Amino acid sequence: MTTYFHSVTLDAEKCKGCTNCIKRCPTEAIRVRGGKAAIIEERCVDCGECIRICPNHAKIAVTDTLERIHAFKKRIALPAPALFGQFDEDVPPDAIIQALRDIGFDEVYEVAAGAEAVTVGSREFMKQNRLRKPWISSACPAAVRLMQVRFPSLLEYIMPVESPMEISARLARKAFSRAGLKVGEGDVGTFFISPCPAKVTAVKQPVGEDVSAVDGTIAISLIYPEILKRVSKMKGVSGLRRASRVGYSWGRSGGEALAIAPGKMLAVDGIHSCITVLEEIERGRLADVEYIELQACVGGCIGGCLTVLNPFVARVRLRSLVERLGGEPMAVDENWAAGAAAEGFFSLRSEIRPRSVMALDSDVTKAISKMQALEETLKGLPGLDCGSCGSPSCRALAEDIVRGTAAETDCTFKLRERVQVLAEQVVDLARRLPPPMAAGQHTPGATQGAAQADAGGAGGGSDPGNAGGNAGDPGKVKGAK
Amino acid sequence: MDFQSAGTGASRIKRTLQEIGLDHSIVRCCAVCAYEAEMNIVIHAWRGILRARISPEAVEIVAEDEGPGIRDIVLAMQEGYSTAPPHIREMGFGAGMGLPNMKRCSDEMSVESEPGIGTTVRMTIKTGRPHPSK
Ligand code: SF4
Ligand code: SF4
Repeated sequence: MTTYFHSVTLDAEKCKGCTNCIKRCPTEAIRVRGGKAAIIEERCVDCGECIRICPNHAKIAVTDTLERIHAFKKRIALPAPALFGQFDEDVPPDAIIQALRDIGFDEVYEVAAGAEAVTVGSREFMKQNRLRKPWISSACPAAVRLMQVRFPSLLEYIMPVESPMEISARLARKAFSRAGLKVGEGDVGTFFISPCPAKVTAVKQPVGEDVSAVDGTIAISLIYPEILKRVSKMKGVSGLRRASRVGYSWGRSGGEALAIAPGKMLAVDGIHSCITVLEEIERGRLADVEYIELQACVGGCIGGCLTVLNPFVARVRLRSLVERLGGEPMAVDENWAAGAAAEGFFSLRSEIRPRSVMALDSDVTKAISKMQALEETLKGLPGLDCGSCGSPSCRALAEDIVRGTAAETDCTFKLRERVQVLAEQVVDLARRLPPPMAAGQHTPGATQGAAQADAGGAGGGSDPGNAGGNAGDPGKVKGAK
Repeated sequence: MDFQSAGTGASRIKRTLQEIGLDHSIVRCCAVCAYEAEMNIVIHAWRGILRARISPEAVEIVAEDEGPGIRDIVLAMQEGYSTAPPHIREMGFGAGMGLPNMKRCSDEMSVESEPGIGTTVRMTIKTGRPHPSK
C-alpha cells in the first residue's frame, strides 16, 4: 500500500478530543480515538479544513523553515499570487519581491508569471480538445486529491496541464541558468511561498508528476512578518515585477477560469461547494460548461489556511492591485507558450490515478455482505450524528464497525441501552432467592441452570413486567420496531 | 414537489456502490440513472420510491411512482421530448433528456406506465466490464 505524505498533522499535546474537526472533513478522514484526533492517511486531502476549525490549534501544517533555504547555494523564491493580496496599496509587488531578496533569495520568480504561461497552455489545450466537457482545473491540489478519493470517475476530466507552481519552478530554473550563474542543478533550490498545506503535499508527493521541480515550501504566514519588517523602510523599488493582472488574478477565486475560458466557465470555491458541483458533473449536468475552476478554499488561494489576512479583505486588496496594474499585456510571450504547449511543455507527465479507499472490501461479494451489515447496524443507531463516538456520523460509525475499527458500544446511546439492560438483569438476579429460602416461587425443573445460561430469557419468564426477555439483545429490540 | 432534497437518494445509492467497490465507470452510470429517475419523480409524480438492488453481477435500479403516468412511452423516450412545465425548464430540468439518458447509461431498461396511476422504470447496469457508453 502506498504511504502518504501529509502536511496536515496533529499536535497531540494540544488536542482535547473535542470532535470539532471530524465533521468538517470532506472525506471523513478523521476519527477521535483515545481522546485524540487521528487522521486516516489514505483519505486525507490536505485541504486544511480541520486546521481552520480546531479551536485548540491542534491541527498544524508542516512546512519548511526559513533556515532550510540555506541548504542550497542559490535560492529561488516562488511567491504564490495570494501573497500579493496580503498587503495594502503602500506595498506594491516590487517591494515584496525586493523584501524576499533581502531575506536571502537570489532570485524571485512570481508564480503569477507562471500562471500566465499556464493560461496560454490551457487555452491551447482546449483548442485541441474540444470534445470532452467540461475540463476541470488541476491547479488546486486539494481539489485534485478530493477527486481521487471521492470522484474517481471524473479524473479523466482533469485538464492534464501542470499547475502554475510547477511551471514557475521550471521557468525560474531556466531563467536562472540563462542569467549565467555558474552553479550545478542540485545547488539551486526553489521555494514556493505557499498559502496552504495542500501545496506542501503537492511538492513532497506530486500527482501527475514523479518529482516536483520545487524543492521546498515556506508558509506565507511564516514569511509575512519578515517581509513586513523590510518593506516599511523601502522606497521607490521598481522594475522587479514580471507578471501582469492576469497572473495575479489567479490568487483569488474566478481569476483563473476567467483568464482561460471567459464566458463558458464556472468558478467554484470552498471544498464543500466543490463537492456539490462535482456531483452535478458526475450526473452529466454541466456539459455546456467548458472549464471548471475548483478551489478548495473559500475565496480561492487568498483564503488558504496559511495566509494571514482575512480572505475577504485579501480579496479586495488583490482586486485593487489587479485594477492598478490595468490592461498591460501578459508577461509571457504568447507565441513561445503556444509553441511550448504543442511540444508538451505544460503536460502532466503521469496519469492521475484514483485512491480507492472507499470500498469496504476488495472482494465485491464480501463488500456487499458488509454493506448489508452496515445498513443493519445503522438502523440500530440513533441517527443523531452527534460525533460523541469519535466518528463523524452514525453512518460513519456503522462503517467503522463493519470495518472492524469501532464497536457498537462506542455510541454513548447504545452504551446506555446496554448498561440499562445489564442493570435490569442485575436487579432481576438480585431479587432471586435460592430455592431453599424461596419455597413456592419456583417450579422444580425451571432450574437455576436456565437462568445462568440466559439470564435475560429466564428473567423475562419470571417477571414479564420488566421486558428483560428481549433486552438481552438490544439489536432485536430496535429491529422489531 | 421537493426540489430541496432531490438528488439525495441518488447520492446515497452512489455512495453505497462506491463502498461496494464497483468500477467507477459503473458507479457513474448508476449515479446518472438514479439521479434522472429521481428527478423524474420529483418533477412529474406525486410520490415515488427509488430502490437499488445490488449483486456482484449487476445493479438494478427501480423507480416506482404514483403519478400522472406517461401516455406515449415511445415518444417520451425521444431526446428532447418533455412534458415538464415551463417553470421547471427554467430551472434547467425537464429538457427531455431524462429517459434517453437512462437508456444510454443502462444495459437494460423497461418502462411501464399507466396514465393516472403511475410509472415504474427498471434499469439494469451490468458490472462485468467498464460501461462503453459513458
Ligand atoms: S478539533 Fe480535532 S484536532 Fe482540534 S482539539 Fe478537537 S478533536 Fe483535537
Ligand atoms: S485553493 Fe489554493 S490555497 Fe486553497 S488548497 Fe487549493 S491551492 Fe491551496
